[in-house]
Amino acid sequence: MTTVYDDLSDADTGDVPVNRIKFTINGKKKIAEVEPRLLLSHLIRRGLGLTGTHMGCDTTNCGACTVLVDGRAIKSCTMLAVQADGHEITTVEGLASASELHPLQEGFKEEHGLQCGFCTPGMMMAAKQLLDENPAPTEEDVRWALSGNLCRCTGYQNIVKSVLWAADKLRAEG
Amino acid sequence: MSQATTEPPAATPSRALDEIKIGGLGASRKRVEDNRFIRGTGNYTDDITLPGMLHMEILRSPLAHARIKSIDATRAWEVPGVHLVLTGEMMATRNLAWMPTLSYDTQAVLATDKVRFQGQEVACVIADDPYIAKDACELIDVEYEPLPAIVNPQQALAADAPVIRDDKENQPDNVIYNWEVGDREGTDRAFEQADKISRLQLHYPRSHPSPIECCGSIADFNRSTSKLTVYMTSQAPHIIRAAVSLVAEIPEHMIRIISPDIGGGFGNKVPVYPGYVCSILASILLERPVKWIEDKSGNLISTGFARDVYLDGELALRNDGKILAVRMRTDADHGAFFADAQPSKFKIGLMHSAFAAYDVPVGHIMARGTYTNKAPGGVAYRCSFRVTEAMFFQERMMHAAAIDLGMDQAEFRRVNFVRDDDFPHRTPFGFLTDSGQYGECLDVGLKAVGYEDFLRQKEAAKKNGRLLGLGISTMTEPLGAGNSREYDILGIKMFDSAELRVHLTGKAILRTGAKSQGQGHETTWAQIVAHELGIPAEDIVVEEGDTDTAPFGMGTYASRSTPVAGAAVAMASRKVRAKARKLAAHLLEVSEEDVDWELGRFYVRSAPDRGVTIQECAMAAYSNMPDGMEPGLESVSYYDPPNLTWPFACYIVTVEVDPETGVWDVLNLVAVDDCGVRINPMIVEGQIMGGLTEAYAMANMQFQTYDAEGNCVGSNYMDYLLPTSWETPGFELHSEIMTPCPHHPIGAKGIGECAAVGGPAAFVNAVMDAIGDTGVRNIDMPLLPDRVWEAIKYRRDVSGAPPVRSDD
Repeated sequence: MTTVYDDLSDADTGDVPVNRIKFTINGKKKIAEVEPRLLLSHLIRRGLGLTGTHMGCDTTNCGACTVLVDGRAIKSCTMLAVQADGHEITTVEGLASASELHPLQEGFKEEHGLQCGFCTPGMMMAAKQLLDENPAPTEEDVRWALSGNLCRCTGYQNIVKSVLWAADKLRAEG
Repeated sequence: MSQATTEPPAATPSRALDEIKIGGLGASRKRVEDNRFIRGTGNYTDDITLPGMLHMEILRSPLAHARIKSIDATRAWEVPGVHLVLTGEMMATRNLAWMPTLSYDTQAVLATDKVRFQGQEVACVIADDPYIAKDACELIDVEYEPLPAIVNPQQALAADAPVIRDDKENQPDNVIYNWEVGDREGTDRAFEQADKISRLQLHYPRSHPSPIECCGSIADFNRSTSKLTVYMTSQAPHIIRAAVSLVAEIPEHMIRIISPDIGGGFGNKVPVYPGYVCSILASILLERPVKWIEDKSGNLISTGFARDVYLDGELALRNDGKILAVRMRTDADHGAFFADAQPSKFKIGLMHSAFAAYDVPVGHIMARGTYTNKAPGGVAYRCSFRVTEAMFFQERMMHAAAIDLGMDQAEFRRVNFVRDDDFPHRTPFGFLTDSGQYGECLDVGLKAVGYEDFLRQKEAAKKNGRLLGLGISTMTEPLGAGNSREYDILGIKMFDSAELRVHLTGKAILRTGAKSQGQGHETTWAQIVAHELGIPAEDIVVEEGDTDTAPFGMGTYASRSTPVAGAAVAMASRKVRAKARKLAAHLLEVSEEDVDWELGRFYVRSAPDRGVTIQECAMAAYSNMPDGMEPGLESVSYYDPPNLTWPFACYIVTVEVDPETGVWDVLNLVAVDDCGVRINPMIVEGQIMGGLTEAYAMANMQFQTYDAEGNCVGSNYMDYLLPTSWETPGFELHSEIMTPCPHHPIGAKGIGECAAVGGPAAFVNAVMDAIGDTGVRNIDMPLLPDRVWEAIKYRRDVSGAPPVRSDD
């Protein structure tokens, strides 16, 4: 069971369970009351309604649920929501600004880096960490960085091109 | 300020629109659906939340074969938040313990008498929250009496084998069918005249399509209207509607199936699964929406698998390389229920499409199907009903035969290809292939891979102890079922449909009976309309998957979307154009016979400057139609193709095998695909690359097997290996050769599955070529390092058939 508040004053402070967590998601501060066993992916999807983070395998293999926690790409099906207490989460919904897409999002469209789209948010989040750390990756760097994310549709070649496209654009933008 | 009036430009011969600019045929148009997927605002089944929705989880059998002695759900009912526990006994009271399959068999929804495979559905719990439902599942006590498990056809056919389907009357053994096709006597005669007979035995392992998104449904029964709405991961929502109507005895008009965005299908999301049925019954009983989302193990262990077929194949050969006849005996392992999704007239799908690319005078196939204690539901995993097995067997037999003859692999194929001027060509098993340029495709492939040069490199490398190999796979396959005379599923003819409505401002909505799972229909269908009508693709919205709004169609699988639904889109557009022509004649005040068409515009033949655009015709259809004409500009087309389409593919792979470890790496992969006219080349290439990756997966690592107790090995992504970006090789694609399909309205052929169908043999043939000096004829897929190493070390064939060996 999960309850999410925008502001602590909304919470029923008379009976706050022990598992109250505070975190930031896509720049917004949130407070949630969660079962200790709740997976972070379920907090994101059900508690916060951010359904862009997908659940594929439940075993940390497919990477569809990849989000950034403090800038680091993690698989949210294998992190408990309580472990997110005090941390900053970014999901696919936090990639674009109000007015424009992130270059990774543009790159995936430009280079046909997606087909069914189910792995795409996780792929982009894993790629985001790579580009944050290495603005000029080689093809090999990209392939290694995405090797924790499975895609069944594309064969990866266009995904790699998409990430390189985004890297070029980000560098050009300085 | 610009001048208010300008002279009209001088008369030009054509004012047709630039087709590429409006996103028509041949444009590599960026995909419309990407806009939501890249933002994370797709709408997959699990993304849907309805008010008051409950959650369902399934309890599965841990054993492969066991009698159920008792099921006690008392403790599960006591868990706070549990609303319902369903067992087979309860389903039986509503006549829902069993359901019909897509192959005229029956399948248990929830087990009553026995469990017949590991992972079979035994009970389910509906609760406020999926965590609670899962907790309660674990509190259901089931007492089993284990029975011997059968994991391959050989065991199933043994005289003392337990009868798996003792629920069926008149089922004395584990044989599902014996089926044959071709000319037995003629084939026998040809074999008697052969200079050489080449024989190969192998097993195509069980594989699972494994889309990243698992199956799921949200059933929402509305008591006040008696209408059932089900959101579902289905590639074929109209078939599901018919099936639900028959199974659940709900009138068809009171059922609405909605397939929202689908996270990959590959055939896995065609059948009806017990989880769907249970969620529907639960919603009817509880009068609340019930969501069931399968977990990955549930998906891998219980839903539609593919392949698992054994081959004993022979080719009758003349010394000059000519194939005189082909003989194949196949044994298919169907699991516990014969639940294949396939045309009803063909017991082992289109296995008899084998050797369609070659001019083989005569052939005979005997196919036998058996029950085993394994998951049911052989599906066409990126494949038209067993053509993957057919083409793999064909190309492995071709490879072995060329070696037996001492002939060059490319030359052996070339001398047997159907010639360009020999179409339509009747195959040894009765298909009629439509068109192709097989030799030219092979030439392009050989040139791209640097064939002669590679053969020299291979010989040179051998002197240094390095093992290089090259594998060729060439094939044509039948894509786009029907025609409906021959192809039906449960008697429902395999046509497809499109409905086009052009609004008064010239914008349009198109709906089809197909359902995209990543193929990009929202993009490409609009391109066909743009091609036919000159309406820019961006002015056309495409919708699919809702049975209340889409016309009836058989759905998307077996590469049939473009051959069938795509053809329906073209035909619906042509009906609209025919009506628009009448409107144009009216607007231009000439007779219809004096009106000509160029892209986007009708004009007076004798005065080409006088014309009206398709948009002006649309406006007239609602505001200025001639007296007596029905208003509006809409059409529906149901398309029943005259034949299947026959794309051709040539895949050439080069590898290096490490003799010390058996590990092999792909050096080069060249793909030459002739799929006729390409609607959107970017999307076609995406499909080919995806198929090549699945081919590589099956050849290299991806398979499911079973141990002697019937435990599934490959029931999660730690055991079921899928290639990542790190392992997957790069691809070189070629599209130089283009032979339009002679009977498709826009000349297109199917393409989605070609690489997954034809690709695996290229990888295997390459590895077999690299270790050719060992004399080994076959290693079963996947070519795991230990299998390759064993073949090199002991110079023997390596079987991959279950049960998995426990001696090493």
